[in-house]
Amino acid sequence: MSEALLEVTDLRKSYGDKVVLRDIDLRVRTHDVICLIGSSGSGKSTLLRCLNLLEQIDDGVIEFEGREISDPRIDPRAVRSRVGMVFQAYNLFPHLTVLDNCTLAPRRVHGVTKGEAEQRARDLLARFGLADQADKHPDRMSGGQQQRAALVRALCTQPTLLLLDEITAALDPELVGEVLTIVRELAEQGTTMILATHEMAFARDVATAVCFLDEGRILEQGPPAEIFSRPREERTRRFLSRVLPPA
Amino acid sequence: MSSAPDTWRPSPRELERREIRRTLRRRSILVSTVATVLVLGGLLIGTVSSPGWASVKATFFSWDDAKAAFPSIWHAFWTYNVKLFLIGEVLILILALAVAVLRQSRSPVLLPLRIIAVIYTDLFRGIPTILLVFMLAFGMPALNLQGVTNSLFFWGLVALVLSYGAYVAEVIRAGIESVHPSQIASADALGLSRVQAMRYVVVPQGIRRVIPPLLNDFVSLQKDTALVGAAGVFDALFAARDYANYQFNFTPYVVVAGYFVVLTIPLARFTDHLQHRAMERERQGAR
Repeated sequence: MSEALLEVTDLRKSYGDKVVLRDIDLRVRTHDVICLIGSSGSGKSTLLRCLNLLEQIDDGVIEFEGREISDPRIDPRAVRSRVGMVFQAYNLFPHLTVLDNCTLAPRRVHGVTKGEAEQRARDLLARFGLADQADKHPDRMSGGQQQRAALVRALCTQPTLLLLDEITAALDPELVGEVLTIVRELAEQGTTMILATHEMAFARDVATAVCFLDEGRILEQGPPAEIFSRPREERTRRFLSRVLPPA
Repeated sequence: MSSAPDTWRPSPRELERREIRRTLRRRSILVSTVATVLVLGGLLIGTVSSPGWASVKATFFSWDDAKAAFPSIWHAFWTYNVKLFLIGEVLILILALAVAVLRQSRSPVLLPLRIIAVIYTDLFRGIPTILLVFMLAFGMPALNLQGVTNSLFFWGLVALVLSYGAYVAEVIRAGIESVHPSQIASADALGLSRVQAMRYVVVPQGIRRVIPPLLNDFVSLQKDTALVGAAGVFDALFAARDYANYQFNFTPYVVVAGYFVVLTIPLARFTDHLQHRAMERERQGAR
């Protein structure tokens, strides 16, 4: 097995008495696409937020690029500048144009010049069909366009790992397609991604591994073919029978 | 699953991490303590070692004079300043809310009131509060109106309410306008009337957002109750000036300043507490 880009061992996270993640083990290698599936409240989003150090974990170790990032002495900003994240509710900054949203971090965090940052952002926006939206403010665009812009914003910092938190959950079915097409493209280009998703068909097609989370545990993980056709656990079977269209 | 008993014990790595966090926390406490002592100590030493400190100490920080002036200032403070702002704040909130909501109203019948509201805020925010106090406290009695009081206290209060009402109305309006239009849309969709949408959806959210600037204005009002002294109401500042002029000692001014500070701090903490509670209630688990 090649060197892991991200390795999670025995991760635990609780809010007060409520344990939301326990015994999480996860290995992500470069070019992997990991899909986290499971019902709402199973801990998918919290796991992603822990990986990005947005939440302080209660136990376990997270290693990223060979360094333990769960060490309190680590500067979280250094980690986040290498990890991109896209949220369910887009979280674009409404007071900035799409272009400014996309150039903010490259310019202020990564020290890229204005010209270069804008060039990079415009190229990516054009690739994602948003060339003519660059100077608009986010609230003037459709949900699908906003989510694509949010993806571009995350990609503009050239992250080595991309975390996508149910990025299509707030979109209507027609718009889901346009966002997933882009994620599929990214996967084909070898972008390393971890995504929490309810899009089972997408997970089956694109994922290199699927993790089924239940009550804060990874109950089962493996290649999509295995998880979707021969789930080992009864709980996984029940979940899949509810979310998968009858074959 | 969840039925499995939780046998978790912090791992050695986690314990080590906690120790590191404790060390980091201790270090930041140490840094903040040293920084605070250096800055405050420096300021204190700078003041005390200035050439005129001895005479400043005698005229501004005389313990005997503080004790002597204390009761009369307390009496004046309680009967005028405290009453002024306690009554004032309630009236200001009512007036300001009415003006703010009026400015947001769309009903054609209310147009004249809307115009009055606009003129009122423009005009009364523009006039210095002390001028309003003079004009009302001296002007209204001079009109010799039947059945209208000549009480300086009353007209001083009216001046403060009118002046601050205009400021606070604009603060509340800003809060109301900051509520996202989708909130009004969903209130409309539930069949609420325009007035009901304001009353139950928009205003409660708007007010909550502007609590810090509202508090700001109220603290400012508490201090500006001293302005009525200029019109002859025997308030705390007047009492202090009275003593200072007699005894050639300015310590009572410091005493008055102390009263005002002591008054505003609990209010500030109380609003902090309210805000914190509201946030806990509404944002818990929000991501």
